[in-house]
Amino acid sequence: MNVSLNSVIDESWTATITPHRGWFDWRLKQLWGYRDLISLFVWRDFVSVYKQTILGPAWHIIQPLLTTITFTVIFGRVAKISTNGVSPFLFYLVGTVFWGYFANNVTKTSSTFVSNAYLLGKVYFHRLAIPISVAISNLVTLGIQLGIFLMCFAFEYARGSNVHFTAWILLTPFFLFILGGYALGFGIIVSALTTRYRDLANLVNFGVTLGMYATPVIYPVSAVPAHYRWVTQINPLTVLMEGFRLAFLGVGQVDMAQLAASFGIMLVVLAVGLMLFTRVERVFMDTV
Amino acid sequence: MSTVISIENVSKTYRLGDIGGGTLKEGFARWCAKLRGKPDALAQIADLFLALDNVSFEVKQGEVLGVIGRNGAGKSTLLKILSQVTAPSSGRIRIRGRIASMLEVGTGFHPELTGRENIFLNGAILGMTKAEIRKKFDSIVAFSEIEQFIDTPVKRFSSGMYVRLAFAVAAHLEPDILIVDEVLAVGDISFQKKCLGKMGDVAKQGRTVVLVSHQLNPIRRLCDRAVWLDKGVVRQLGPPHEVASAYESATRSRDETLSVRDGVAKERAKFICWDIEGADASAPHRVDSLDPLTIRFHLAVRTPIPRGVHGIALYNHQRHLIWGTAAYNFALAPGDYYFSYKFPTLPLRPGPYSWLVSLFDDQERLDLWEATPEMIVATESYQHPRDEGSGLLNLKVGFSADAVITEGVGVGPYIHKDG
Repeated sequence: MNVSLNSVIDESWTATITPHRGWFDWRLKQLWGYRDLISLFVWRDFVSVYKQTILGPAWHIIQPLLTTITFTVIFGRVAKISTNGVSPFLFYLVGTVFWGYFANNVTKTSSTFVSNAYLLGKVYFHRLAIPISVAISNLVTLGIQLGIFLMCFAFEYARGSNVHFTAWILLTPFFLFILGGYALGFGIIVSALTTRYRDLANLVNFGVTLGMYATPVIYPVSAVPAHYRWVTQINPLTVLMEGFRLAFLGVGQVDMAQLAASFGIMLVVLAVGLMLFTRVERVFMDTV
Repeated sequence: MSTVISIENVSKTYRLGDIGGGTLKEGFARWCAKLRGKPDALAQIADLFLALDNVSFEVKQGEVLGVIGRNGAGKSTLLKILSQVTAPSSGRIRIRGRIASMLEVGTGFHPELTGRENIFLNGAILGMTKAEIRKKFDSIVAFSEIEQFIDTPVKRFSSGMYVRLAFAVAAHLEPDILIVDEVLAVGDISFQKKCLGKMGDVAKQGRTVVLVSHQLNPIRRLCDRAVWLDKGVVRQLGPPHEVASAYESATRSRDETLSVRDGVAKERAKFICWDIEGADASAPHRVDSLDPLTIRFHLAVRTPIPRGVHGIALYNHQRHLIWGTAAYNFALAPGDYYFSYKFPTLPLRPGPYSWLVSLFDDQERLDLWEATPEMIVATESYQHPRDEGSGLLNLKVGFSADAVITEGVGVGPYIHKDG
């Protein structure tokens, strides 16, 4: 709340509406009060999307499988890019599933204000409820896709493929948390800017696709020529993708310093996102 | 009573024109101009529109406040700021208690979901927890009167059913302050009345209601106070019947020039205007009490009328004929006349009415005039508080409940009689 003009705050008022709110007035406690709404949004996303469809939730599985098969054919068979010696199919599946989580979060969150304008213009609830519910919905999708991965993994393992879980698997929730933090951060930054500048929305899909090639999703860091390796080194998502593969396939390199840096940068991105989001959420209805 | 909403010097400006949206390129150009200290070329195109101009007032706990005003007067902007959908440009609003707003019915309804599912979704969007909704679920369904369709997707609902369900959810919110915008304009009449009744109940439970409506009768009946917004400024704030009548007079007189008098030859005679004799000059077309009054129609006659016939009719705003009479066989020489009607009282329910007057010479129609402005009845209402029980007449009648004392029969003390 803006208290700069009023030296005395009367505690008996429950809310004060002023033209501006502080950059850091994120009201996360209030957000907690909307947890029922968040869970209903998640539930709505699942129930509503698959009404009147034939395959229903199976689409969650078909999409990454088809993408993975495409990658296996093009990058594995045609371009013959190294997969650190593991089954290309599993290699690409891990990349597709986790990058998919990031990409879906960013694209969906980035249109938070524009695509929900009809709702946000009529009623107040903590605006972060929407991006948070997106992140949770996608987490459920990710869970389903990981189930499919496990089946494929079991099949390959039975065939004697050179893949194995490592103890890093215990750290995957932490990797996922950082990845989700980046997705939320980037997503809300774009969502805040698109309320004024619509053309940024076009940039998002393009940017996410470019990001996939700049991040070792379909290739391992070890396959990058030493000359260009700095690009992957400064990319804070690199260590996460390598981490997922290390955990599930037993190939990859995770540097603890890089992981710590990735975590730190995520907090900065998220904070910047929250600051912009807080500024924009109050007046976006006037410009959207 | 304590103040639950305190609005202090609130203003809201909107930018007109294309500036708000904009592309990245424009934004970048403006930013560059700013850096170089040049005037912002693009900003100069934008006109500022002051939707609210230094508005201040307070709302007390348990009060029902009506907000009226023409389109674009700032009513909706004020409600949006109160609901925190948008922020004020300057000023401050302080609120005490939980606030819920209904700027629209069925906000967040998902067409693919069933009525049951949407009750939960809509309830949560309006600020209820799942536990609260579960507790009130049966009552919500009963209020909506659509039990048999509760498991049907709402996209298959008729618009009436949709509104019923949506309002039923909103009516079961239990906020300290309820903000309602125009929602009464939808749905059928009987359901509207049910909603208004529910809103009255809400107020009786000590909750505060801020209500925007174009229908002035609900404002008169439900509200404790009314505020009239005009071009972003508070024009009047006070008892609802006073504010509503002042607003009505102001908007009606604006239409004075629009009198429809076509299709009649008016060369021989013509009605000029009408008023209430002895009425306040500021409101010559307003009936303020049940006292005797005289309605005058000013008539200009140019040629002699040997066999005059004159008719008069009074209509309410739904075009129901309330009263009418006629006069036959009178002669008028050229000149100006007042046709006067002395009423012992005009006991009509508050609202707008219109006079229709005619003048014939035998069979020839000389003028037929729907008198403008309309007559506004702004008498204090002695009618039933609910619409369906109030009727057309507004009479101040005595009532008493007395025991009937009859020997041997009926109600009252039993008197024993011998033989």
